[in-house]
Amino acid sequence: MSDPFSGRPRVGLFVTCLVDLMRPSVGFAAVKLLEQAGCSVDVPAAQTCCGQPAYNSGDKADAAALARQTIAAFEGYDYVVAPSGSCAGMLKLHYPALLADDPKWSGKAKAFAERVYELISFLVDVRGVEAVEAEYQGRATYHDSCSGLRELGIKDQPRRLLSSVKGLELKEMADSEVCCGFGGTFAIKFPDISNAMVEKKTANVAAAGPNLLLAGDLGCLMNMAGKLKREGRKIAVRHVAEVLAGELSDPPIAGSK
Amino acid sequence: MKPTIESFKQNARVALHDPQLQRALAGLPTGLVANRAAARARLPEFEDLRDIGRDIKDHTLAHLDLYLEEYERKATAAGAHVHWAATAAEAREIILQICRDADAKIVTKGKSMISEEIGLNSALESAGIEVVETDLGEYLVQIRGETPSHIIAPAIHLTQDQVEADFRRLHKNLPQDRVLTEPAQLVGEARQVLREKFLAADVGITGANFLIAETGSSVIVTNEGNGDLTQSLARVHVVVASIEKVVPTREDVSSILRLLARSATGQEFSTYTTFSTGPRRPDDPDGPQAYHVVLLDNGRSELLGTAFREVLRCIRCGACMNHCPVYSAIGGHAYGWVYPGPIGSVLTPSLIGVKHAADLPNASTFCGRCEQVCPMKIPLPKLMRHHRETEFSLGGPSHRYRLGLKTWAWFAQRPKLYHVATRLATAALGAFGRRRGAFRRLPFAGGWTRHRDFPAPQGRTFQQLWAEHKAGAPR
Repeated sequence: MSDPFSGRPRVGLFVTCLVDLMRPSVGFAAVKLLEQAGCSVDVPAAQTCCGQPAYNSGDKADAAALARQTIAAFEGYDYVVAPSGSCAGMLKLHYPALLADDPKWSGKAKAFAERVYELISFLVDVRGVEAVEAEYQGRATYHDSCSGLRELGIKDQPRRLLSSVKGLELKEMADSEVCCGFGGTFAIKFPDISNAMVEKKTANVAAAGPNLLLAGDLGCLMNMAGKLKREGRKIAVRHVAEVLAGELSDPPIAGSK
Repeated sequence: MKPTIESFKQNARVALHDPQLQRALAGLPTGLVANRAAARARLPEFEDLRDIGRDIKDHTLAHLDLYLEEYERKATAAGAHVHWAATAAEAREIILQICRDADAKIVTKGKSMISEEIGLNSALESAGIEVVETDLGEYLVQIRGETPSHIIAPAIHLTQDQVEADFRRLHKNLPQDRVLTEPAQLVGEARQVLREKFLAADVGITGANFLIAETGSSVIVTNEGNGDLTQSLARVHVVVASIEKVVPTREDVSSILRLLARSATGQEFSTYTTFSTGPRRPDDPDGPQAYHVVLLDNGRSELLGTAFREVLRCIRCGACMNHCPVYSAIGGHAYGWVYPGPIGSVLTPSLIGVKHAADLPNASTFCGRCEQVCPMKIPLPKLMRHHRETEFSLGGPSHRYRLGLKTWAWFAQRPKLYHVATRLATAALGAFGRRRGAFRRLPFAGGWTRHRDFPAPQGRTFQQLWAEHKAGAPR
């Protein structure tokens, strides 16, 4: 329940394994945004990964074990928020499906799913945030990551908040809704096809002429940033939360120090 | 058709380096994809129609035996001969026998993916029968000795230059100095060549987009009118269709037709929608003397009681492949069997076994665009995942992959140990990669770094920093 002293809703941050391992600054940006939106934030230590690598590889047993672990780790929070549409989609839509036949856990999975949100849509849709206090001088373009877009309906929310960032001009790229070719294990199993997809994506990004590429999922961002870097394009890549929180002191993804 | 799915990765590599194919595929976003989007935008009730379409098919599949028998009764009453084929071989044999009985020398064909599935053309040709594909795309594919690379646009992998070269090579009796630079000129030439075949054909074979239980009719939709000429000019008309094509009523067909062309080509309606019920009646001015329907099962009835029942709702519009970023990258032939794209990645393993088609359901990022556009709301990613579960339960994908996955899963289920391990890993990677910001090469990530850099981690885990933050340390 909400914090008995402050009356603020208690949010458990699901950090996601990629943010934890690769880019903690995204996690801190998320914490800042959530606190600005009037939430009290905590980060349960018993979380690891949402289990998608196992789930999408057909390993249901390990995926279900991770689902149960995550649900247990987040008991007692009003909301569970993740800075990723992909992981939030896993928690919100796939956990109930994964545990549907487990009499002990199916009810818990459903109740848990109702409390799960992706970060940006949580800020806008649940907390009613309409603007942020942040500044970025330059032109940005935004890639719609697949799970966030199609599983959770995240499309306008990040754009609405970005429009309140001082100095930021948002320029849409062509086919912003087309997959970047990451797909988790897909990029490992089919590197050549994945490359053909990300090549099209970075060409569309570059054609928009931005200084900055944004998205809400670190997997896609690492894929696109790695490709832009290999192509020698000078476009900075960041998680949208970093810009919205005004946390730009760390170098961009794949950017040198 | 002999599958080449086991060489999927190699097929894909070849496709990615085929400049003609890449040029042909580049037209998809501005062509079929944009057309569908425009058609959908013009019809406010489009999304409601998808629910209606799904419900019609679900209802039919739940009572498939009933509707098939009703269809057979009505078709037979209209003078049709209805044949049941459990397997591809049976279907081939039945059709071959019909052709033999009709003493057929020339057979014309309308577009039919089922005839591809059962390998009909080569069976007829082995029996000394001339087979002529009359759909322009199918005709192009046939004269090149290829197979369709798309279920509604069989020759989508070809460019106009290739078609011109083929026509000059093949149509030798036409003047060599003729002009063939415009699509209309190519179509005109194909029409001229095909017209003679329509008139000479003994048997005309078509597929069916729908079979109607209430009337015993078969329905085809085409844009070229070739299906009508195929089925009405020959002495004998053979419809070859799989069992899930049946729907209860004409009203149901009308509902689904509103989705079909819009999803496929972005047209409101196909140019020709033809209903045929039995052979020519005594006072009909034209039509075939005999009318046969070959109903193919080929593994479908076994899907009925499973999660894969949903794939039987498919109306073969091709929207899933048009919108698939993987299909757009490699085209249809790389998929290695009859049905390419997301629908193929679900249907092919269902029909010929996951063991023989394991790469297909894996070759998806689960981006979900296929499900989003499917007029029948087939949950294609979910069904691909089910195939992956089967593959995993059979010991796949590979020993190395399983070992990696199991090691990761072991750690991930032990949070304390996991946090220590990730702390060490990120510290090591961060130390090596931080200055440049990314790795050009990494052991164990060769597939990734062959094409792109691997971004370096910031060097410490969030959990580590958060613990320090909670203890009062400034970040």
